[in-house]
Amino acid sequence: MNHQRVAITAKAIQVLNQLKEKHGDLIFHQSGGCCDGSSPMILEKGEMYLDDSDVLLGQLDGVNYYMNQDQFDYWKHTHLTVDITVGRGSSFSLEIPLGVRFIIHSRLLTPEEDEVLNKR
Amino acid sequence: MAYSKPKFEEKYGNFINGKFVAPVGGAYFDNTSPIDNTLIAKYPRSQKEDVDLAVAAANAAKDAWGNTSATERAKLLNKVADIIEANLEEFALVETCDNGKPIRETLNADIPLTIDHWRYFAAVIRAEESSMAELDAHTVSINLKEPLGVVAQIIPWNFPLLMLSWKLPPALAAGNCVILKPAEQTPSSATLLMEKIADVFPPGVLNVVHGFGPEAGKPLASHSGVNKVAFTGETTTGQLIMQYASKNLNPVTMELGGKSPNIFFNSVMDHDDAFLDKCIEGAVLFAFNQGEVCTCPSRLLVQEDIYDAFMERVVARTKAIIQANPYDTSTMVGAQASNDQYEKILSYMKIGREEGVKILAGGEACKLEGDLANGFYIQPTIMEGHNKMRVFQEEIFGPVVAVCKFKDEAEAIAIANDTLYGLGAGVWSRDAHQLYQVPRAIKAGRVWVNCYHAYPAHAPFGGYKKSGFGRENHLMMMNHYRQTKNMLISYDKNKLGFF
Repeated sequence: MNHQRVAITAKAIQVLNQLKEKHGDLIFHQSGGCCDGSSPMILEKGEMYLDDSDVLLGQLDGVNYYMNQDQFDYWKHTHLTVDITVGRGSSFSLEIPLGVRFIIHSRLLTPEEDEVLNKR
Repeated sequence: MAYSKPKFEEKYGNFINGKFVAPVGGAYFDNTSPIDNTLIAKYPRSQKEDVDLAVAAANAAKDAWGNTSATERAKLLNKVADIIEANLEEFALVETCDNGKPIRETLNADIPLTIDHWRYFAAVIRAEESSMAELDAHTVSINLKEPLGVVAQIIPWNFPLLMLSWKLPPALAAGNCVILKPAEQTPSSATLLMEKIADVFPPGVLNVVHGFGPEAGKPLASHSGVNKVAFTGETTTGQLIMQYASKNLNPVTMELGGKSPNIFFNSVMDHDDAFLDKCIEGAVLFAFNQGEVCTCPSRLLVQEDIYDAFMERVVARTKAIIQANPYDTSTMVGAQASNDQYEKILSYMKIGREEGVKILAGGEACKLEGDLANGFYIQPTIMEGHNKMRVFQEEIFGPVVAVCKFKDEAEAIAIANDTLYGLGAGVWSRDAHQLYQVPRAIKAGRVWVNCYHAYPAHAPFGGYKKSGFGRENHLMMMNHYRQTKNMLISYDKNKLGFF
């Protein structure tokens, strides 16, 4: 069974496709901290300097989803689903001009997922 | 007493070079009130071209402004304070409408503090002096502080006018010209301020550009005509801004939030007195400003031997919070600033439940009636759990506190420091030793001792760890907006003798 840490809703993929048309290749980066933190940011690929401290959680419709390692340590027992909601976020995330905002729904990994993703 | 939604124009401009101008591209965005999700007004959806105009205006003004006397700059900062004070109620009402926070907070906290920050920096530059050292009998070293030139400031939506007033006064007092970008959720009070103080500063000294982060924020943060960027917000954007600054070799200051612990030792319950009452309120301050505070005391740590008795009172006080129309002066908790924040908070409640927290209060959205039914209200919520849970580690930015027990001082300190962030912390005790030693052991830039959520000018505020760097609200912030000119002067008539 192919277990994943991240998933995306069909509605969110529609927005993702709109953004790909306009901006080309994209990445998600999980933000933390104040205000619009604790939300995924969508950025042009190459916009953000990434290195070994950024964990690749998975790929959503061809878009890599990254999170900083020390944040990941607290998140790794959960599964994330990227969704889209009406909203006026700030930050440099590319969907903001569309009047929508990517958000995350989380659930605990099942024991089997946890075994495969975190223990092997 | 109940106020009502203030009147606005249909649309507003950017404030560039001393006057309001329409965005170059002619595009605007709708700004709505989270109180009832109705339109406030249209604001410029600025692009790089608008940022270029503002940066050019600031650069044209910087030499003259940088050479004005401290007397003159202080006079103008005081003038701004006087104008805000004379219009306090109007500013409070606009702020409540745009952000959703209760009017009693804007009347009694946001706007009075705003006024004081302008006055503080006006006072600071009249009192401070440069330094001089006589290095030997013939050599004198003079250190003069000079402005950086042009500063970009990007501020958040949780305290729109107060965050503006943490940023603008030190930069202007230091002799810089500024381009400020308010958050796109809350452009109204910055616009009202520019209307009221349009003639106070010479054209170009103070510029306000509205718009979205990727379209206006990024060109501003990466602009080669800017000499420093100050940012308050989240970590991904913070990292991007530092990257852009590295291309220009510009300094930055960052305030990026936290997950602040609020620690209550058992001695707080030694007596049932006014101090214990203050402690209970101190624990409930997580709900202040709907939890939309970078230093929200969102982790509550209570010593195990008083846990049940203490929490009983905290829960009762939380349940007594009045959540209603933000325009009513009796309302204590208002609306979250936007729909996406509202959705995010609810999603954290869900993962909290999945991780096994016990809900002691709240735990749901708050459904208000009438026009308010379309607003974004969340019940003040207490979740009991342990520090490894995500609700203990991530900034929820809502009226949500995660509470856990601790055994002794060592465990309290360990839990308090088990976080990526280090912005604020609270320590409450009647034990004089704890009151000094525990704050010293906590890795955070601000530790409130037997108090919380006080933000007076003259007390430096800023982060440790991933909460950022820079110290606002204090004269030390001036040095984040200045560079040092060292004049090394020889009074020796004789040559070195080398050549």
